[in-house]
Amino acid sequence: MKNNTKNSRRKFLDKGLKLGIVTAIGGIGLTKLASKLTAQTESHSGEKMELMTTDGTMIEVDSSEVMEMDNSRKHEEYNVREGMPNRKFVMVVDLARCKNALKCQSSCNKNHYITGDNAWIKVYKMQESTDTAPYWMPTTCQHCDKPACVTVCPVDATFKRKDGLVLIDNERCIGCRFCMAACPYSTRVFNWSEPNQGEITVNMEGMPNANHEYASPEYAGMPSVKGTVDKCDFCPHMIKHDELPHCVSACPNNVFYFGDKYEDTVSNGDEIVRLSSLLEKRAGYRLMEGLGTQPSVYYLPPKDRLVDFKDGEEFYKEFESVEKPE
Amino acid sequence: MKNYDKLINDLAPQKFGKLGVIWTCSLIVIIILGIIAYIDQLIKGQEVTNMRDYALWGIYISNFVFFVATSFVGSVIVAILRLTKNTWRTPLVRIAEIIALASIVMAGITIMIDMARPDRLLNLFIHARLQSPITWDVIIIPTYIVLSFLLLYFPLIPDLAILKKHYKDDKPTLSKWYGKLALNWTGSKVQKAIQEKSIKIIALMIIPVGLILQTIDAWLFSTTYRIGWDSTNFGPYFIAGAFVAGIGALVTIIYIVRRVYKLEEYITEFHFDKIGKLLVLACLTYLYFNINEYLIPAYTATVDEAIHLETLFTGHYSILFWLVMVGGLIVPTIILLFKKGRKPLPMFIVGLLVVLGSWWKRYIIVTPTLLHPFLPIQGVPESWRSYFPSVHEWLITFATLAMAFLIITILVRYLPIIPIQRTADENESFENNKNAE
Repeated sequence: MKNNTKNSRRKFLDKGLKLGIVTAIGGIGLTKLASKLTAQTESHSGEKMELMTTDGTMIEVDSSEVMEMDNSRKHEEYNVREGMPNRKFVMVVDLARCKNALKCQSSCNKNHYITGDNAWIKVYKMQESTDTAPYWMPTTCQHCDKPACVTVCPVDATFKRKDGLVLIDNERCIGCRFCMAACPYSTRVFNWSEPNQGEITVNMEGMPNANHEYASPEYAGMPSVKGTVDKCDFCPHMIKHDELPHCVSACPNNVFYFGDKYEDTVSNGDEIVRLSSLLEKRAGYRLMEGLGTQPSVYYLPPKDRLVDFKDGEEFYKEFESVEKPE
Repeated sequence: MKNYDKLINDLAPQKFGKLGVIWTCSLIVIIILGIIAYIDQLIKGQEVTNMRDYALWGIYISNFVFFVATSFVGSVIVAILRLTKNTWRTPLVRIAEIIALASIVMAGITIMIDMARPDRLLNLFIHARLQSPITWDVIIIPTYIVLSFLLLYFPLIPDLAILKKHYKDDKPTLSKWYGKLALNWTGSKVQKAIQEKSIKIIALMIIPVGLILQTIDAWLFSTTYRIGWDSTNFGPYFIAGAFVAGIGALVTIIYIVRRVYKLEEYITEFHFDKIGKLLVLACLTYLYFNINEYLIPAYTATVDEAIHLETLFTGHYSILFWLVMVGGLIVPTIILLFKKGRKPLPMFIVGLLVVLGSWWKRYIIVTPTLLHPFLPIQGVPESWRSYFPSVHEWLITFATLAMAFLIITILVRYLPIIPIQRTADENESFENNKNAE
């Protein structure tokens, strides 16, 4: 009983506060508008519109003040090194759902033309200690906000973008492999020999912005360059067209969520969920948080598992992550 | 005056005997083999090495670190002993400087061999980023090369003038070359003052630059999160290690040169005793840092650290680890603590042990750490879990070592390895003192 009253009081305070903020902002906006409008002819339509703010509160606005947002800018050209403006991409990996089906890996390998021995996406068989339960843990590049790899690169070949992506300019990389030594997640792979990706040019024709002569950070691995570093690129060639990265859409168990932190939403292809509440409800964490690398990939602990760990044993390949043509 | 002539005859560069020619030729053969292997590596890519995504650095890097360490002898012997006015250094400095120059030049070449895209070398300048330790290396290594060269060259000028005179009738072409390099040295007071001052400035500069060089080398490792590298102890640890490697190399080469050129009269047991004491100091310092680096962490080791230490102490790398620690550091220290251990022959053996130990020590620093990443090694071929250099890597590495030896050999062949002018001056003042008494 006591709790209930407390809760309702909290809710009341919460709502009140939000309403207060909205009215304050609205007030400021209105006074500004008013000062503008005094110069113009009065054009209030008198019709009100109900809208929802980004934090979920309903507000009423005069319909004449409502303008359509310019969405076309999203697809505009942007600086490859700076990234898509006003976006911050994140991934959430639900460990409770992963049963090592490896569809993410094969899709990634296929779409990035991975011909080496080391895949960009890996599903680790993890068990912290003999007393704790084993689980499957897919890893991509963690796209850290404080990336150790970027710090040590001597030529700015690997770089951090404002939209959160850590990418590699394979036309600049000198092949010193310092970034690989610096990365605590062992996520980077090296093209030790000429990558044998002969058919790419043919296969790429259907793809957006095909026919680029050189490797572009936005099309990592297409083509891969001998003597340079490759890694998971968060598929910028997909996400800039508002499509999900290959691993996310390939997963049959909806393990991966991908989205924009600023929009506070992530999607696994089937459902769209609020990032903050997902992380809060499921006790999301990041790998090796203690190192201070601040990854963009969150993990949900394997609690209330939907799958049996043993199911994954069938597909587990300790020494192989890229299928070789016979 | 007769004494002076004898001095020149003794110390002027001598032609190689049969053994010298065989030695030089075998070095050239090794170098050619290495160059062939390197060209193959350029064509096929670093696939020809046994480095892979986990053991991403290997023998090239440990060899590079070894060269950098050995080059430290230039700062230590030449500059520090000069500034502390230790006169016993005179017959040793030139060899020390030659070793330093050869090592640092080879360090620069070796690090380029490790680069998978040497064709993009210029990117290091065009797109240089100051926060990367590699950029610091790009700045400091050429600086050290220049300083090492000048520290070798400036004191050499009077000797070159002497040699010009000496060879005037016998070998006019050689004499002409010496003359050109001697920069019209006449030995006038003004020239001497300039020379003295220049050497002093270079000697003063090379000490901090040498310390920075070793430290940056350590920072290449300690700026990563890797277990076994992420250590605040690494800078001084590398400096102490360089101290050992450099003097070890000096002792070994001095012994050989002394025997081949029959310089027993100039490089005496007294010199060996002195440098032996310096080496034992270096070894003890290094031992201290090794205890800091391996023993103390064992007390508070996290699980990952414990695994790393275990592979070194009792695991896969234990034999090599203890060979290096005991054979390359503890045994030499014990031998050198005795006066009999500081005689030329035991010193030579100790020097060899120390140099070999130093080389493998770098291997022990680089490889085991890389094979213990934070996440388990999965999904890669089984062979990627271990590392041992491939034939290509060995051929190329031996070629770099041979190239260092070749540089040393050529310089020893054409330069007076014991400063003639300086020795003469010292003898003179010695005689004068005697007469005055």
